[in-house]
Amino acid sequence: MPAIVALVKSVPDTWSYKTLSENFTLDRGAVDSVLDEINEFSVEQALRLRDAHPDRGFRVIALTMGPADAEEALRRAIAMGADDAVHVVDPSLAGSDVLATAWVLHRALETIPDVAIVVAGSASSDGAAGAVPGILAEYRRVPALTAVRDVSLDGSVVRATREDRSGLYRLEAALPAVVSVTDKAAKPRFPNFKGLLAAKKHAITSLDLAAIGVDPTQVGGTHAASAVTAAIPRPAREGGPKIQVGNDGVGGAQAITKLLSERGLL
Amino acid sequence: MSHAYVLVEHSASGVDAVTAELMTAARAFGEVRAVVVGKPGMGQELAADLGNSGADLVIAAESTDDDARFLIPAVDALSMLATADPGPIVIAGDPAGAEIGARLAARLASGVVFDVVDVNSDRTARHAIFGDSMDTTAAVGGASPVYVVRRGAIPARSIPAAGTLQHLSLPPANELDARVTAFEPAVSGARPELTEARVVVAGGRGVGSAENFRNVVEPLADALGGAVGATRDAVDLGYYDAQYQVGQTGATVSPDLYIALGISGAIQHLSGMQTARTIIAVNTDEDAPIFSVADVGIVGDLFEIVPALVEAVKKEQ
Repeated sequence: MPAIVALVKSVPDTWSYKTLSENFTLDRGAVDSVLDEINEFSVEQALRLRDAHPDRGFRVIALTMGPADAEEALRRAIAMGADDAVHVVDPSLAGSDVLATAWVLHRALETIPDVAIVVAGSASSDGAAGAVPGILAEYRRVPALTAVRDVSLDGSVVRATREDRSGLYRLEAALPAVVSVTDKAAKPRFPNFKGLLAAKKHAITSLDLAAIGVDPTQVGGTHAASAVTAAIPRPAREGGPKIQVGNDGVGGAQAITKLLSERGLL
Repeated sequence: MSHAYVLVEHSASGVDAVTAELMTAARAFGEVRAVVVGKPGMGQELAADLGNSGADLVIAAESTDDDARFLIPAVDALSMLATADPGPIVIAGDPAGAEIGARLAARLASGVVFDVVDVNSDRTARHAIFGDSMDTTAAVGGASPVYVVRRGAIPARSIPAAGTLQHLSLPPANELDARVTAFEPAVSGARPELTEARVVVAGGRGVGSAENFRNVVEPLADALGGAVGATRDAVDLGYYDAQYQVGQTGATVSPDLYIALGISGAIQHLSGMQTARTIIAVNTDEDAPIFSVADVGIVGDLFEIVPALVEAVKKEQ
């Protein structure tokens, strides 16, 4: 059966305070992890593609790479309706850069038969600018339709709409392909009771680096092609005075123009 | 002499302003080689302009099917150039630039850094992470390190150079290419580009309607010669177009002045604007988190204050 693989990522909850550990990687112990919000949109698109083509027999498989608690992201995807989940977890992976991450995901995808579409989020909320989908397409030698707001399938052609600063692009490519989805795509569904129950019980496939044939020296922080060498927290911005003006428009305007002229902004 | 490659940003109206910023950054590494990817004749058309703003060489990578292709021609051009003659690569930051940079890093086995706000001749780069809450310096490895630079972060200093035109022939479309079957260019208004603007006037849920954006937010932006921004809430409610969204899933801006109107200040919004030099917030809710980052917080009715402010600003000028 062909597979639609939804890449998911467990990220620090946006509301938690993020900090770096001594080796300048994210201190994951200090934050709560959740399924990245963007992945709710990408999982939704994967489910819609499956459900729009019942004759094709697609299975939606959620795939993540991350520490043990990244499993929660996979369970959330199953709760939404994914059929299966694969977790790449290995101590050597800590501190991997975007190239290593994409390589590991590529190798993990090779363990899944007949991957028709890989659906990712356009950019994670905690990381690097949406680099993984494009790199994955390079490694897999397939086309990528990136940062799109909708996806549809017509036979062996996948179509999508991308909207960015330059304008609106209608894109198409032959399968297999990589797709990355923005949060302008259709609203994600909430898991129902049945889904939540399934997620609780589901046996997640866990793979270490040996299982996907990746040498530990190819990944992790020491292998990264770029390294943070210094990090200084910016001093928290301090709020200035609050001026109560209510409905006094002119008073409010004067307070603003005073600051603007003091700072040479007029 | 050492050199660096700059991917030229251009549109129907010519070279985009950000290109001069990229060339200013690239000059730290040596000779500036501006790479123009586009339709036949594009390099010739832009060469003089690029020379004036600092390109020593203008390398035109042109193809007749450029309209039907997306990103891959730029990746092909830069990877061919950097394979033949390695050197740092400087690209403008946005989702397309980030993808080009990422693909180049994969092909060249080089390091790539995103959201760069400064580069140094020793090939380190300064960038900001976690919604600008942390300043970091990164060492970028490989023979052709890739820098994806935040728009508006590096002030352009144009030092005219030769702008000598060369041509590079591109390979045809292959299995990596998606086809562009239609393209509608974004309508760019009379206002400055959001990420380049020195002044941004942004509206949130409190603005209340698309009509109020037109009648209240836009006139203030125009009086100050600024761009209009919107929160994700305002975009989701249909008050303003998504291309103007500021915050975690929109643009990151660091203007001289940011005026937040009817914006409560969710952390996802703050992460996209808190490096603005001056922040002024107007909100009726005195407990709104936006006030914690504002240099001056005006607790009051924006519909009374903003029109008065527009008048006052016009008078000052």
